[in-house]
Amino acid sequence: MATTTWEVVIGLEVHVQLQTKSKIFAGASTAYGAEPNTQACDVSIALPGVLPVMNKEAARLAVKFGLSIGALVNQRSIFARKNYFYPDLPKGYQISQFELPIVGKGELEIETDKGTKVIGITRAHLEEDAGKSVHEGFNHSTGIDLNRAGTPLLEIVSEPDMRSASEAVTYLRKLHTLVRYLDISDGNMQEGSFRCDANVSVRPKGQEEFGTRAEIKNINSFRFVEKAINYEVDRQIDLIEDGSEVVQETRLYDSEKDETRSMRSKEEAHDYRYFPDPDLPAMVLEDSFIESVRRSLPELPEKRKDRFIQEFSLSPTDADKLITEKETANYFEAVCEKTMAEPKIAANWVLGELTAALNQENLSIIDCPMESSKLASLLDRIADNTISGKIAKEAFSLLWSGTDSVDKIIEDKGLKQITDTGEIEKIVDTILQTNSAQVDQYKGGNPKVFGFFVGQVMKQTGGKANPKQVNEILRNKLD
Amino acid sequence: MQEKTLSEHAKSLRSGEYSSLELTQHYLDRIEAHQSLNAFISVTAENALAQAKRADEALQNNAENLNRLTGIPLAQKDIFCTQGVLTSCGSKMLENFISPYDATIVERLNQSGMVMLGKTNMDEFAMGSSNETSYYGPVRNPWNTETVPGGSSGGSASAVAARLAPVATASDTGGSIRQPAAFCGLTGIKPSYGRVSRYGMIAFASSLDQAGVLSRSIEDGAMVLQAMSGFDDRDSTSLQAQVPDYTSELSQSIKGKTIGLPKEFFGDGVAADTADKIQQAIRQLESMGAKTIEVELPNSALGIPCYYVLAPAEASSNLSRFDGVRFGHRAKEYVDLNDMYEQSRAEGFGDEVQRRIMIGAYVLSSGYYDAYYIKAQRLRRMIAEDFSKAFEKCDLIAGPTTPSTAFVLGENNDDPIAMYLNDIFTNSVNLAGLPGLSVPAGFDQKGLPVGLHLIGKYLDESTILNVAHQYQMETDWHLQIPGGFA
Amino acid sequence: MSITPDDINHIARLARLKTDDEKSEFYATQLTRIMDLVEQMNQVDTDGIEPMSHPQDAALRLREDVVTRVNQREEYQAIAPDAERGFYLVPKVIE
Repeated sequence: MATTTWEVVIGLEVHVQLQTKSKIFAGASTAYGAEPNTQACDVSIALPGVLPVMNKEAARLAVKFGLSIGALVNQRSIFARKNYFYPDLPKGYQISQFELPIVGKGELEIETDKGTKVIGITRAHLEEDAGKSVHEGFNHSTGIDLNRAGTPLLEIVSEPDMRSASEAVTYLRKLHTLVRYLDISDGNMQEGSFRCDANVSVRPKGQEEFGTRAEIKNINSFRFVEKAINYEVDRQIDLIEDGSEVVQETRLYDSEKDETRSMRSKEEAHDYRYFPDPDLPAMVLEDSFIESVRRSLPELPEKRKDRFIQEFSLSPTDADKLITEKETANYFEAVCEKTMAEPKIAANWVLGELTAALNQENLSIIDCPMESSKLASLLDRIADNTISGKIAKEAFSLLWSGTDSVDKIIEDKGLKQITDTGEIEKIVDTILQTNSAQVDQYKGGNPKVFGFFVGQVMKQTGGKANPKQVNEILRNKLD
Repeated sequence: MQEKTLSEHAKSLRSGEYSSLELTQHYLDRIEAHQSLNAFISVTAENALAQAKRADEALQNNAENLNRLTGIPLAQKDIFCTQGVLTSCGSKMLENFISPYDATIVERLNQSGMVMLGKTNMDEFAMGSSNETSYYGPVRNPWNTETVPGGSSGGSASAVAARLAPVATASDTGGSIRQPAAFCGLTGIKPSYGRVSRYGMIAFASSLDQAGVLSRSIEDGAMVLQAMSGFDDRDSTSLQAQVPDYTSELSQSIKGKTIGLPKEFFGDGVAADTADKIQQAIRQLESMGAKTIEVELPNSALGIPCYYVLAPAEASSNLSRFDGVRFGHRAKEYVDLNDMYEQSRAEGFGDEVQRRIMIGAYVLSSGYYDAYYIKAQRLRRMIAEDFSKAFEKCDLIAGPTTPSTAFVLGENNDDPIAMYLNDIFTNSVNLAGLPGLSVPAGFDQKGLPVGLHLIGKYLDESTILNVAHQYQMETDWHLQIPGGFA
Repeated sequence: MSITPDDINHIARLARLKTDDEKSEFYATQLTRIMDLVEQMNQVDTDGIEPMSHPQDAALRLREDVVTRVNQREEYQAIAPDAERGFYLVPKVIE
């Protein structure tokens, strides 16, 4: 029996918490981390008689997303009720959008090993988040905190266009970068502001019909997305090859055990009985509203990347790395603006030393302790030959941890480059005298010894001699 | 004292003929004396006397700047949330629900200085036409205590008819103000959908529910409606339109007004003596200068099936929040979460409520949604458009409020459908969102009140209030007192 | 349209209402009759008619994004069947 080649089919549903001050249908705060139920207002706990009133900002942020991917923005959209019972869902229904979502079809391009690929976006709709269940610490009970209930979400649904876990991660990262650029979400995955469910199925290569899919819920990091999908793909292939079948179901990813498992408890009697919410008439967005959102669109990641390549002569790889986080790109641009160094040098420093230092201390660029002007002045000192690139790395760590200016550090630590030809010549002469054996070797036709002399000069000067000058003087004396 | 109109009360309170405290105590005494009507679920005597005292102080200091309603008592239907007071909605589910907030209309009526006597009995979650579905027992009709007062606002109707309160709030999803008004010989006004805020009114069917007033006269009702109405930013269906000055428009002549008479409202389904009284009322209006014209509402009979899809569908979802988690009834024993839900809800809701939740869940469920729910929504538009077409030819529409007068307690208990047919003339008005009212138009052979139903154009409460008020100026049906309640 | 006790069990499950055989029988009979009434809708052809979910044609009013509600946990939890340390409690949910 020939082994079948399997093709993986993945579609993602991404829940993005929108960055509003108040909830989608009520005036309670959405701030993260408050004491349980202190932000659970009358509407959040669904007291009898209370009613939803839609937050304009949530609509604006959703439209912003739609416009950014060139999607159809539906000027008329409908809120519907999705009915099911769960303790973190106080009304017994979730207000969502079903038949007419605020954002219709769009697409997102991703880079894969095989080149650019277009991932279709089916729709993006507004809905309210549920509360949180706490299972530990209450004996035989579960504790319910409704602070999060009613936080606005944009659910972005993709077409089943991805063919590998790594494509799925690339798409997800791209989406993450985008929502951060648009400033519609803080994108914090740990706090649940950016969550992903993956619909995964497999089919024999060449088959048109989709296989039975499983929906994996609760994946809260990019790494886990990849692992969860890979696990699920293997599981499904094993099942089929063993002669059994994939069941359509919801599965939960357990990152500790690195496996997905069936969520039978939520599986029973799925019939959400969607219908238009009678408390909320159709949402109709004026042209002027949409136009004003369009005008507020920032420069988008793709555009910025192209600009970095054009304007700063960066490689596509460097440009891509710089733009992934908006704040990194901002930092880079700020450095460029303030330094006379080449942008390429600035990019190397931002992606190299600065990123390493941030990673070392587990900081994000937003919390970077070193102002862009400091890095810029450091790069200036390299450019004007005050210090060498190598010495600059030493100065960088002092700059990072201290408060002194670059110039003060160079002064205090005596890091200034020796550029006085006379002084360098003196040192070179001494070295040539004390190492006559090596001089003979060089003159006898061994050019490798040249490096030995350079090293000696650097050793003597504590690395401060201008390497270019050292080379020139050595050559003059030896050749 | 209890025969005075609200304007007369206002005058007496200002002239010092009696104080609000005396007036309030008078009504509290009457409530106490007529407990057998079971019109109230809660009597808030202490609060009422305190409110009355404050009203008296205000009246002494600053009478001219106060609302005309200051110091006048009223009863609140138990569907409206009242802070610190039991708000049961007629259900065991909310037997222990002390509302932590006030409904918008409660807030507004408090601000206008009115004194709340208590919360009136009602069909559970407003689902019923006889007040027999209340967990707190049936209410009796003062005109004949063997008969029902109608529903769902049966407690409010019985209380006002028996002069236990000068006026009461009510709500109307398919006829729940107008049908009890007809059965109890009262004036019942349901304004246009969106005119009165629904915030704090416990939802039955959100796209149909509308708060209104039960009173003895149009003039009284208009005064209270005025205080309740107007935009509320906590309700997305609340209208931003200006509220007309209802009382100032009452005195206009009705000469030249065209009244549409839908032939569907005058068919075989109407009891002969009821039909007679309605014909008389129409002749009366004609004698006052109104013109009548026949109109057609071809789909109105289908209002009932349409309504019994849409209202339960919305209700089944609206009532999901009663799950025993954050408020309301929780069963004592259960094995797990789902069992807690199922037991709590089966114990907390009565038969009729469970029946409607099931109908609602059924018509929305997968495979039936298009055949029932969407079909009913299409039909709803046809019904609404029938009204629009009729209103091209007339200023208002008239007919009987109900096919017959109050029935005997228990008569329709085993037959939900017979009960549902009570609302055959009223519920199409809710489907279309129009204003409607019922005014007393005489008595049938059993001596029970008959109601004349007037329906207005959307947002045009003024015309029907004006016509009904002028009718009351020429007739004395609304002045009749049920025996034993003088 | 005949509604069976099994249908009732299914709906009651969706709506979280406890049933037993007697109750399911009872509601099956009643719902069958009510659905017969509902079927009268089929007397009219509604093809091409736009469904109507709201009595008004008004567009949704949008509110400004402002925090207007304050913490009222104490009042709200005073009426809760079971609450502890600020949480609402329910029988343990096993995921």
